Amino acid sequence: MRENTRFWRSMLAITWKDLALEWRSREILTAMLVFALLVIFIFNYALELTPQTRSEVTAGVLWVTFAFAGTLGLNRSLSVEKDRGCLDGLLLAPVDRSAIYLGKTLANLIFMLVVAAIVLPIYSLLYNTNLFLPGLALVILLGAIGYVAVGTLLSSMAVQARTRDMLLPVLLFPIAIPILLAAVKASSGFLQALPFEEISPWLNLLVVYDVIFISVSFMVFEFVVEE
Amino acid sequence: MTPTAHPDAVIEVHRLVKRFGTKMVLRQLEFSVSRGQFVALLGPNGAGKTTLLRILATLSRPTLGEVRVAGFHLPQQAPSVRRMLGVVSHLPLLYGDLSAEDNLRFYARLYDLPSINERVTAVLELVGLASRRRDQVRTYSRGMQQRLAIGRAVLHDPVILLLDEPHTGLDQDASQMLDETLRQVVSGGCTVVMASHDLSRALDLANRFDIIGRGQIIASVTRDHIPNGDLLGYYREVTHA
Repeated sequence: MRENTRFWRSMLAITWKDLALEWRSREILTAMLVFALLVIFIFNYALELTPQTRSEVTAGVLWVTFAFAGTLGLNRSLSVEKDRGCLDGLLLAPVDRSAIYLGKTLANLIFMLVVAAIVLPIYSLLYNTNLFLPGLALVILLGAIGYVAVGTLLSSMAVQARTRDMLLPVLLFPIAIPILLAAVKASSGFLQALPFEEISPWLNLLVVYDVIFISVSFMVFEFVVEE
Repeated sequence: MTPTAHPDAVIEVHRLVKRFGTKMVLRQLEFSVSRGQFVALLGPNGAGKTTLLRILATLSRPTLGEVRVAGFHLPQQAPSVRRMLGVVSHLPLLYGDLSAEDNLRFYARLYDLPSINERVTAVLELVGLASRRRDQVRTYSRGMQQRLAIGRAVLHDPVILLLDEPHTGLDQDASQMLDETLRQVVSGGCTVVMASHDLSRALDLANRFDIIGRGQIIASVTRDHIPNGDLLGYYREVTHA
């Protein structure tokens, strides 16, 4: 019981530390937001959309934006640990390695959801599309969980390399394809108001991938961060 | 597994081998440290000092051999060892955008310490940074950051302190202040292993000097038995042998 409490307290301490660091520096959210807004502005001018095609491409544009902005955040989140040796500081502490992984993942998830919460209203205004749909919010939550679950693991691998900025997308995107594909299809379904029966297989796929990615990452994180 | 009974040796290393790919960094290394000793690990670059310290610190796994720290086997009992270790390296292991107080409070939570505020205040006073406790660490000088790094390392009152080139990048004054802080910290009976290139600093602080070369301890001498009292001469003789 006491070990369990310690696990969750350590995990929350790591998440809280990441949020406090971001509150002071505003490095991660600023980079993610600037990038995400630039992408949706560029798409807005590059694609001349009719009201009919708008709902078809919105899901793709949104998830491209989240995926690339998320990669920036994941890279920075682990670079902060590596630059001043803080990753060693975490690994030296008598806490379960999985608590470190979950603490970092939760912080990265919060950053990604904050970016989504800011991007969605701006996108709605620019593209004149209603994105305030509970179903879409659910897809964004599920997609973000899977993306940061595997992204946090891979960024902790990539951060050991000199070419970490390039390495993370190269490692992450092929593995995250099932998550991104399911998220785009489910988002598109909700935006086009398709019957729930047509959307639910994609939602199920998202849930399954979330469980798989979190479980595998939870188990292998210890071996990834140790020499 | 229970800790093995060995009353005096706090660190015991037998036939330790560490390979990185095809490169063998430690070769059948033998090393032991008794309770309360301050051992300086000396040797040229690439000799294996940092690798040995990282294995003792549970940050790296041995390829072969037996390693016991505070009676616990590594890597199997690493979680039990971590609570007993404090580590200072040339990097501060501190978050630049957090204040000194917030950094120590964060680590105190990870170590599950009771009375966190009191302990953080006591450590900040110990390392002479109580007046700058709320300043962001990135505004500190390199010397102040290293003192705070020592504070972080001793926050949980470890029985073993591992120091990896703690004087790197410090000027004379900052090095002296760091040494004073270290003396205060180890006066409580802590066992210390310090890797260093700086022989004069090592001579000031340590009471045993182990010289590492080609992945093995090639010489070991206590302060009272340094030939002619000349550590530099002894070091040159041993490393050029």
